[in-house]
Amino acid sequence: MSNLTLMIVLLAVLAITYQLGLVRTRQIAGHNATLRMHSRPHHYGVMVGLWTVLPAFFIFIIWSWSAPWALNQLLIAQLPEHIVNDPQELRVAIRRISNLAANFGIVSEAATWEIQAATFLSDARQLSQTLMLALMTTVAAAGALYGYRSISPLYRARNHIEKILQIVLVICSSIAVLTTLGIVLSMVGESLRFFSFVSPMDFFFGTTWNPRFSTAGVGEGSLTGDQGSFGMLPLLAGTFLIALVAMSVAIPLGLLAAIYLAEYASPKMRATAKPIIEMLAGIPTIVYGFFALVTVGPFLSMLGAHIGLDIRATSALTAGVVMGIMIIPFISSLSDDIITQVPKSLRDGSLGLGATKSETIRKVVLPAALPGIVGAILLGASRAIGETMIVVLAAGNSPSLTANPFEAVSTITVTIVNQLTGDNDFASPQSLVAFALGLTLFAITLILNVIALVIVRKYREQYE
Amino acid sequence: MNMNSNNGSVSDNQLIKNKVAASLARRHRQEKLLRGTGLAAVLISLALVSLLFINIFSKGLPAFWQTSITLDIYFDPSVLQISEKPVQRADEHDNAFRQRDLEWRSEVGRINFNRLISTALMDVLPDAEQHRRHVLRMVTSGERFALRDMVINDPSIIGSTQRLHLLTDANIDVWIKGNIDRSLPDHQQQLSPIVRQWADALYANGTIKNRFSFALFMNPDSRSSLASAGLAGAFMGSLFMMLIVMFLAVPLGVAAAIYLEEFAPRNKLTDLIEVNINNLAAVPSIVFGLLGAAVFIGMFNLPMSTPLVGGLVLSLMTLPTVIIATRSSLKAIPPSIRQAALGLGASKMQTIFHHVLPLAIPGILTASILGVAQALGEAAPLLLIGMKSFVATVSVSPMEQSTALPVQIFLWQGNELRNFFEARTSAAIIVLLTLMISLNAVAIWLRKRFEQRW
Repeated sequence: MSNLTLMIVLLAVLAITYQLGLVRTRQIAGHNATLRMHSRPHHYGVMVGLWTVLPAFFIFIIWSWSAPWALNQLLIAQLPEHIVNDPQELRVAIRRISNLAANFGIVSEAATWEIQAATFLSDARQLSQTLMLALMTTVAAAGALYGYRSISPLYRARNHIEKILQIVLVICSSIAVLTTLGIVLSMVGESLRFFSFVSPMDFFFGTTWNPRFSTAGVGEGSLTGDQGSFGMLPLLAGTFLIALVAMSVAIPLGLLAAIYLAEYASPKMRATAKPIIEMLAGIPTIVYGFFALVTVGPFLSMLGAHIGLDIRATSALTAGVVMGIMIIPFISSLSDDIITQVPKSLRDGSLGLGATKSETIRKVVLPAALPGIVGAILLGASRAIGETMIVVLAAGNSPSLTANPFEAVSTITVTIVNQLTGDNDFASPQSLVAFALGLTLFAITLILNVIALVIVRKYREQYE
Repeated sequence: MNMNSNNGSVSDNQLIKNKVAASLARRHRQEKLLRGTGLAAVLISLALVSLLFINIFSKGLPAFWQTSITLDIYFDPSVLQISEKPVQRADEHDNAFRQRDLEWRSEVGRINFNRLISTALMDVLPDAEQHRRHVLRMVTSGERFALRDMVINDPSIIGSTQRLHLLTDANIDVWIKGNIDRSLPDHQQQLSPIVRQWADALYANGTIKNRFSFALFMNPDSRSSLASAGLAGAFMGSLFMMLIVMFLAVPLGVAAAIYLEEFAPRNKLTDLIEVNINNLAAVPSIVFGLLGAAVFIGMFNLPMSTPLVGGLVLSLMTLPTVIIATRSSLKAIPPSIRQAALGLGASKMQTIFHHVLPLAIPGILTASILGVAQALGEAAPLLLIGMKSFVATVSVSPMEQSTALPVQIFLWQGNELRNFFEARTSAAIIVLLTLMISLNAVAIWLRKRFEQRW
């Protein structure tokens, strides 16, 4: 029986026991004219159903997790000693045996001990499956009986169900925390493995990035000898250079647009212009990357040739400008929200003293909104640093330590993609470095986000 | 401005007046400047949006029509010497029949369908005899499989003549649409002079025509036959991932939001979860890709390059968005609703699930659709879990290798035949943007339709 059919059977059992509980409750309620049931009939139904299905389901989960492991241990105990002692051979043998047991073909003739082990494995699997089903049936029957018997006017079914539901809700909300934990733990783990190859000093402060190719299969010797250099600084410089270009496009445009839309624009213009600008935020970044590659890059390069500048078509400038366009809506709509939140009394006070509208904006509204705007800018910057597809396509992928935006550069995100999608062995430093870079990226954006969130939150409290 | 100096000279007054006038002029100039630059910023931003769309659409729209050549293909029985199509006998086991069917299919597959195509081409091409080896360059190489599939589906067409529209080679499409400089010398052209002559001649007499490209939508990706490369494989991959996001991220996110908004006690732990969710929403998407590579593939040994892993990664990525949006729509439900339900004796659970949640559903739906749309456009994390690999089939389950629409765009923009794929990539982008815009439109419509002011 496959797992899917098993699940369907469980659901069917749930439905049946629910009905049973319902019928029983109505019966009891009918007999008892004096004592009213504590909960609604469907509460009792659900309770019986859960008593039947939940314990069986837990058994299924635990069994499916532990049985393969236990079977494997039993299988290894069956195998000849010379196989068990060699991990490589053991892996091959286990794969061959499980293929045999599942009646798939294997390469070359099977040895006697392999056939023996395979029959043992398929028998054991059969047995394990039967045992599990038997156990599940027993537990489900016991649960159903218990649930069914405990239906009585005094039984608080609703409270029990709500408790279970609340536990489910808690589990759901802990998934977000588990995700963060997963990110941090997995990246720290893989980074530590990377730092066993390359010292952290060389990684964080090295000025050349040249990871070479991993030499998988040649053996440990190749890793200690010639393994390339993993200095992160050129990537960091490239990342910040592009972010700088992006922010110098996005801040003026985004901020001025926000000021105009919040203070000057007619309601009608605001209602049309704002969603159109915000549309920029919804466009997938791969589209921006393509736009940068085939349109903006050649255009900038041509422009540079006209005024005598040597601008590469794929450069920090190209990627930065397009990324700036992408970030405009982040800055404009957040700033717009914050500017409109500045209390009207401040504006009226300033206007009443004879200040012009622009003076009011510059000297009263903006200073009041400044913390929020800074928060918006920081969030935009963290976007820029973590952006991937635009830079993969348009930054030129050349890890050099330069401050010239007209040159091709490489960034942390580009390098993560390159190192993990190349033909590298997963356990080589060439692949593992992606996790160390990812951890760095995570840390940088986390710091920016936390500062931004704290600033924005503080500001919100000020006027509420 | 001293009121007492009423014997102050006229010149003094005049001086002040002048000064004020000068500063007023300056202040009004500044006013105009800020207003003007603000307007300019808005206009520039709007111009950039339209530039982006005009650029993509002008490049991509022509790619929805593709040159194809009308040929009378004679399914020559002397070429198609195949045995009868197997039919399952009553006493036959499924597996045995499948085996026979497979053998028959591979027998059909061994036939050289190019001979049918070249025979038909010889009839329409002038001077074809002298340039025999160029003849097959007219039709893209994948079309022989289309003929093969026609025979497999219906062997009775053998011996008949069918009028078919076969896709031309990608380079002919480029040549006819003028996407390559026609004045380039021979050695820089992709096509030999005779093929170019043929293409022009057939285009002039209507044998080659621009027809709507169904291949773009019906076919999976292809490397050998570029003209028949399509989006079907990527679309299925994206569809599976969207379904996973919908059935995983949305219920989980809504449940988490309900707990945090309605049940969670205000303490340090809840604060931590909240800060954590806000941060998670701003973590770069590529970090989720790393998580997927390390945990789902490295630890749980799930199959690489599959929509299953992609969907899980995208679900984790959209989870915070759904939580935050659901919380704000729960917050918007006025407390009086809760108080009324509680006052009538409903339990807290009943209050929320019977009264608060139904009222919040429009907001939750809107937010979920927006989250799904965001996940649809995401490419970076998918690259890291191996969805970048070339897949030439349309997957039918989320456990099969597949690619996704944004990744297909990434793969196509890197194709060497730039002249052809620049337009095809733009067409793929139009498809992706259309999907996203329609999702967004549905969300906006839902919000407008069910929006309630309290």
